[in-house]
Amino acid sequence: MWKWITKYASPMHFYLLANRLTPWFGWSAAVLFAVGLYGAFFYAPADYQQGESFRIIYIHVPSAWMSMFVYMVMAGAGAAGLIWKTKVSDAVARSCAPLGASFTFLALATGSLWGKPMWGTWWVWDARLTSELILLFLYLGYIALQSAIDDRRTAARAGAILALVGVVNIPIIHYSVIWWNTLHQGPTISKLDSPSIHIDMLIPLLVMALAFNLYFAAMVLIRARMEIVEQEKNSKWVQELIVDKVSV
Amino acid sequence: MEQLENFFHMGGYGFYVWLSYGITLIVLLLNYVMPRTREKKLVDRLNQISKMKGQGENES
Repeated sequence: MWKWITKYASPMHFYLLANRLTPWFGWSAAVLFAVGLYGAFFYAPADYQQGESFRIIYIHVPSAWMSMFVYMVMAGAGAAGLIWKTKVSDAVARSCAPLGASFTFLALATGSLWGKPMWGTWWVWDARLTSELILLFLYLGYIALQSAIDDRRTAARAGAILALVGVVNIPIIHYSVIWWNTLHQGPTISKLDSPSIHIDMLIPLLVMALAFNLYFAAMVLIRARMEIVEQEKNSKWVQELIVDKVSV
Repeated sequence: MEQLENFFHMGGYGFYVWLSYGITLIVLLLNYVMPRTREKKLVDRLNQISKMKGQGENES
């Protein structure tokens, strides 16, 4: 196991592995998106209170879940980079930021488009929305920090520290709807013993969530392998593999 | 035909539902297209540098 980990912590092996895995993740995401969207529009019945507007849930909730999950991956990879000083984990952390920011933006935008017809307002300063907005600023701060520092190692270290401090925001987002009772509805899915959502509505949601996860896996690998090529552009293996196109 | 109209109408919420899905589609596509273009540019640049190096070596 350890040997396996150290092998793929080497930039070249990670690059090769990422190259091989990306199409699998990408195509399975595409298939699940198709299945999930079919389920979201044709299989799931309209909500008895919210009518057809509830169909926004199928992108809103997966985006919101991903916004937090990607943040944990980013902070985790950052921590691994701090501890073991592996270039691969720095590349992964860096690659997470724009994706996480995108998911956070989507959660906020689709939430706003759902809130307008249901709550009668685009935005309210409640705990869930505010903490999610702070998450967006954390991602943007991380991206700004990366582009402000020229030295890659220093940038990765500074970014990792920022990401780790920001982890405190994640449980706040998660529990905000329980701690503060405001406009945003409480959890419906995470009460695993008795989810208060009908099974026909739940299945497409889980399919979409899986599709979002696979999409993220594919996209983060595309970004990370590019980061690695950029980092290692003067090394022999980049020359051989990418410029001379020697097959391994 | 009417069925299709009803589908796009989304019980009166069409604007909100389709705008949500539209924004999501655009953001997810951009997150694929942008790194791929950057990757292509990077590989092109590496190829160019290697070509220039190769020429330099031949001349000397």
